[in-house]
Amino acid sequence: MCMEEDKLKQVSDNARIRLTEDEVDAFSNDLDDVLEKFESLQEVDVEDTEPAFHPVELNEETRADQKGSSLSQEEALSNSENTERGYFKGPSA
Amino acid sequence: MRSISFRANDESGSLEGVPFVVKDAICVEGVETSAGSEILEGYRPVFDAAVVERLEDSGAVFHGKTQQDEFGFGSFCTNCAHGWPRNPHDTRRVTGGSSGGAAAVCAATDEDVLSIGESTGGSITNPAAYNGVYGLTPTYGRVPRTGLVSYSNSLDKIGVLSSSLELVARGLEAISGSDPGDQTSADRPVPDFSEESSPGSLTVGVPTQLEEVDLERSVQNNFETSLSRLENLGYKVERVDVPLLDPDICVAAYYVMAVSEASTNLARFCGMRYGAEGNPADYEDFNDYFSQVRGEKLGEEAKRRIILGTYARMAGYRDDFYVRAAKVRRKLINQIEQVFERCDLLAAPSMPGVAPTFEEAQDMSASETYAMDALTVGPNLAGVPQLSVPNGEGDGMPTGLQLIGPHWGEKPLIDVARQLDGD
Repeated sequence: MCMEEDKLKQVSDNARIRLTEDEVDAFSNDLDDVLEKFESLQEVDVEDTEPAFHPVELNEETRADQKGSSLSQEEALSNSENTERGYFKGPSA
Repeated sequence: MRSISFRANDESGSLEGVPFVVKDAICVEGVETSAGSEILEGYRPVFDAAVVERLEDSGAVFHGKTQQDEFGFGSFCTNCAHGWPRNPHDTRRVTGGSSGGAAAVCAATDEDVLSIGESTGGSITNPAAYNGVYGLTPTYGRVPRTGLVSYSNSLDKIGVLSSSLELVARGLEAISGSDPGDQTSADRPVPDFSEESSPGSLTVGVPTQLEEVDLERSVQNNFETSLSRLENLGYKVERVDVPLLDPDICVAAYYVMAVSEASTNLARFCGMRYGAEGNPADYEDFNDYFSQVRGEKLGEEAKRRIILGTYARMAGYRDDFYVRAAKVRRKLINQIEQVFERCDLLAAPSMPGVAPTFEEAQDMSASETYAMDALTVGPNLAGVPQLSVPNGEGDGMPTGLQLIGPHWGEKPLIDVARQLDGD
């Protein structure tokens, strides 16, 4: 399995990362090499095996669906310069 | 150090007056927390991570933040936006990664420091060995991650490094236990890690798969000496077979899971709300803005891993990569649990060699660098605890012995390390 340049550009668009042409050249070589190493997973017989999405059993209990404390509006906005009238400011939608 | 930022503390407790530092990815209120990345530059959290709260409640005194690879992406601490830390044993060499600064500060200071690191695939064991200090990676879920800039949610574990084994034990005791802010933190009793006890007559298993890794001669010699010392202490040492600790398979399964989870976790860093920002008015729409800021501000390795992870999760590939890797993890855990039915702990070298020079590290390709994690990714994938213990030198640089326990089995690792320390 390998990653052609077109595929790489499609993936980087999906990931919302703009790459330079130099990066596209460098990454397509690197990524081919890494994806080849990933192929060793296909050697393992995993039939009838349940995936372990965590390494230990987790407590499945969720918190009560009740209003709790959260950041104040001032705290939430304190790390951004792009704010206006109490909201974050982004590009035109 | 990423930053020196003393915060006075007059609390009394088990760690009263003990200086502590935290890896840059761990939030400290009002102190810049960038996880080694330009994209989080200027971010000052409005809250403390649970581990910081707990250490201060125990009387420990915050002294600053340590350098790391960007988001934890690296084995050498050379993927850093804010300069490379140098190994105190030889400044031409790397500190290891990704908690490189966390280990180096312990090795560089005369006074014992409690250093909080984080491991996803070996980021505590690796720098602990390269810097000749103790490094304990606890069982997944032992320590809450509330306030950690997450890299890979099913693999990240906060742990402890120090030149003092006793500080490692006391530090782990202080930070362990469930927290309502982290649903994956385990509601289990916390043992008295700092209370010395006899580990009894134990059987130490040496996985043959980890002995097949290409080791430098000094690492091999020091490992054999460590096994002899364990035998002299009365432990039975035997070779054991754990087929899925095969480094090729473990490295693949680990990286597939880690990059897949990283690609979703890091989607939140987009130039809005905190960290680096552009001028939104200069962009056509949100996608244009996000793509530009992320392209400019994420480092090379971060981009590589996010792209790999995005690819591995795409429709048509997810079952072949992410789900398959999670199934391999299930089988690996089963095999490790089986071997712990007849062994009490496992032992392996911490790293295949001593810390490379910066030039040697820079000359490695991405896949060669990933292969450096051959000894550490298996235990991390399985979520079992590991303790790296300094066990000698090679070329004037430290090497480490890695003790591995079953889930929730940190206490015997510390007790055995105490015996080795006093031997």
